[in-house]
Amino acid sequence: MNVLEVDDLKKHYPIHGGMLRREVGRVRAVDGVSFSIAAGETLALVGESGCGKTTVSRCILRALTPTSGAIRFDAGDGTVDLATMPKRAMRPLRRHIQMIFQDPYSSLNPRMMVGDIIAEPLKVNGVPAAERNARVLELLDLVQMPAVARTRFPHAFSGGQRQRIGIARALALNPRLVVADEPVSALDVSVQAQIINLLLDLQDRLKLSMLFVAHDLSVVRHVSDRVAVMYVGRIVEIAPTDELYRSPRHPYTETLLAAVPAPDPLRRGRQMKASGEVADPAKPPPGCAFHPRCPYVQDRCRTDRPELAEVAPGRWTSCHRAREIELAGVA
Amino acid sequence: MSATTAAAQDRWAEATQLQLTWWRFRKHRLAVISLVIVFLFYMVAAFADFLAINDPHATDARRSFIPPQAIHLFDEDGFNPHVYGLRGVRNMQTFQLTYTPDPNRKLPVRLFARGYTYNLFGLFETDIHLLGVEGGQRTDGIFLLGTDQLGRDLFSRMIVATRVSLLIGLAGVTLSLLLGIILGGISGLYGGWVDTFIQRVIEVLRSIPTIPLWMGLAAALPNTWSTTQVYFAITVIISLIGWTDLARVVRGRFLSLREEDFVVAAELAGASQGRIIFRHMLPSFASHIIAAVSLALPAMIVSETALSFLGLGLRPPAISWGILLQDAQNIQVLANAPWLLSAAVPVIVVILAFNFLGDGLRDAADPYG
Repeated sequence: MNVLEVDDLKKHYPIHGGMLRREVGRVRAVDGVSFSIAAGETLALVGESGCGKTTVSRCILRALTPTSGAIRFDAGDGTVDLATMPKRAMRPLRRHIQMIFQDPYSSLNPRMMVGDIIAEPLKVNGVPAAERNARVLELLDLVQMPAVARTRFPHAFSGGQRQRIGIARALALNPRLVVADEPVSALDVSVQAQIINLLLDLQDRLKLSMLFVAHDLSVVRHVSDRVAVMYVGRIVEIAPTDELYRSPRHPYTETLLAAVPAPDPLRRGRQMKASGEVADPAKPPPGCAFHPRCPYVQDRCRTDRPELAEVAPGRWTSCHRAREIELAGVA
Repeated sequence: MSATTAAAQDRWAEATQLQLTWWRFRKHRLAVISLVIVFLFYMVAAFADFLAINDPHATDARRSFIPPQAIHLFDEDGFNPHVYGLRGVRNMQTFQLTYTPDPNRKLPVRLFARGYTYNLFGLFETDIHLLGVEGGQRTDGIFLLGTDQLGRDLFSRMIVATRVSLLIGLAGVTLSLLLGIILGGISGLYGGWVDTFIQRVIEVLRSIPTIPLWMGLAAALPNTWSTTQVYFAITVIISLIGWTDLARVVRGRFLSLREEDFVVAAELAGASQGRIIFRHMLPSFASHIIAAVSLALPAMIVSETALSFLGLGLRPPAISWGILLQDAQNIQVLANAPWLLSAAVPVIVVILAFNFLGDGLRDAADPYG
């Protein structure tokens, strides 16, 4: 049973130019993305800055309206298409999809007490005050924060603690899906580990379904069941986490894996570095968007665009040479 | 950790943003002093008639251009505050009245003395004043800052002028604030063509040089209007420009807050538009508005002073700092009675105080900005 099915999602931004402000081009921020998240599953969405991963998550949350495509969401009492839902009709559905923010400093209102911050989703969804208090205490305990935090203000807490508060707020309504937008990338490495452990613990206890957006593969390994790698508005590879790390099937994935810091320099394999810049989504290169940076590039990569295809059970990749080349993973 | 620091930390952790702002503000010594000064000025405005010594409207040709007079605190009998009676002698070469203190006529100065009748807060009539002299002739009195051509006591006039000048600032700011918040809020919240329209209007208004605009508008006021009507009209004219600054501040804050994560979080939680605006956005920039207001107030006060000084604002018999300074326009008068220029002192002091106060408030409200 899938909680979320994203089908051919597109988000284009028109570029206006000239006196008449005609559309002269389009930024294809997200250009045909499809994936699904099963109940209790965590899917990681990984890619460099500007690849469209945040746009995808904002479309699912309907902070943005998609240009086309479908976002089928199981709201418990039937499946709805979030992509075409009018904004007004979204409000009762919001409680089912909650978000964990990247920046723990700007995501908490500095003028509200922590207890009120966590209780806000409960309050606006009509939970009575007595129940709210009990739930806030329960949530604070769940994210391993002391109960005294309730009457304090966000300025009294460190980044990691604030992120716990943000997580408690996201979980307040028992959402069916949690979208975590780079939840640890603003934190110190040691604190990152704590938050990752907390998320693992919560997955275990609450059977969370989660879309975990990240810009590098190092943090993703521990939390996600499957990984989708994005490049210039498209998914280039989807695979179960372990398999993707062991044997990537797309050269871009290999590049990202090479960027994962290895604790033992002697065990490190081939050095791979992504040269050049991410392609401009307003003017994506013809053929495979990755070809200007790809070390395995061939002539047809420059003209034909590879489609996402299943190369092995559960393993999808969009590379012409997926079956020919041997790519290095990490142990 | 010792118990006291732990308690202090608890206090800090549970402090609201308002408390934190106040704690930061307290460290800004100049701003705190300015706050006291501004407060004192408004107290003077509130109790102007009580603090005034002589009737600010009473004219008497026999006491024109009296130089500033000092209160003597002691005499040979010990503490006995008094002023000397004045004797006016006409200088037969210049035909000018010159005043010499008459040491034989000692006029005792009394606290809570009886003077001219006035209405305190418009509620009850009284004639008690902080200072006054006992006995003496009609032309006797305490003239701390001297008198003007018509023999009116400058000190009392300056005290009474404080009320008009400071209140016109408050009224103008209130009006600008209302316009600014509503129009700036609409501009920032809705965006699109409404935003473009309001912003262009602001630009057009700001591109008009203020003095000619004010001159035109002030000239359009009918001669027959009463002092109160003119006062009200001048307030409107001044705030016509003043609101644009505040509208921009409000719009900017709305625009930046709309993207703020905690606002998005409230939206995603399903909060209503009203809750987002009033619970999350407005409290976040209330402090900025207070700071902007405290910086806008001196501009208003200076505007009124400038307009009245040029004869375009309030007209006598209204008394404001600008009108008092009008008397100091004439170089001949100024040469004979330089004390008339002292009306500029409160203007300078209050403007400086407001500016330091505004700076302090802004720093305290937004330590990172």
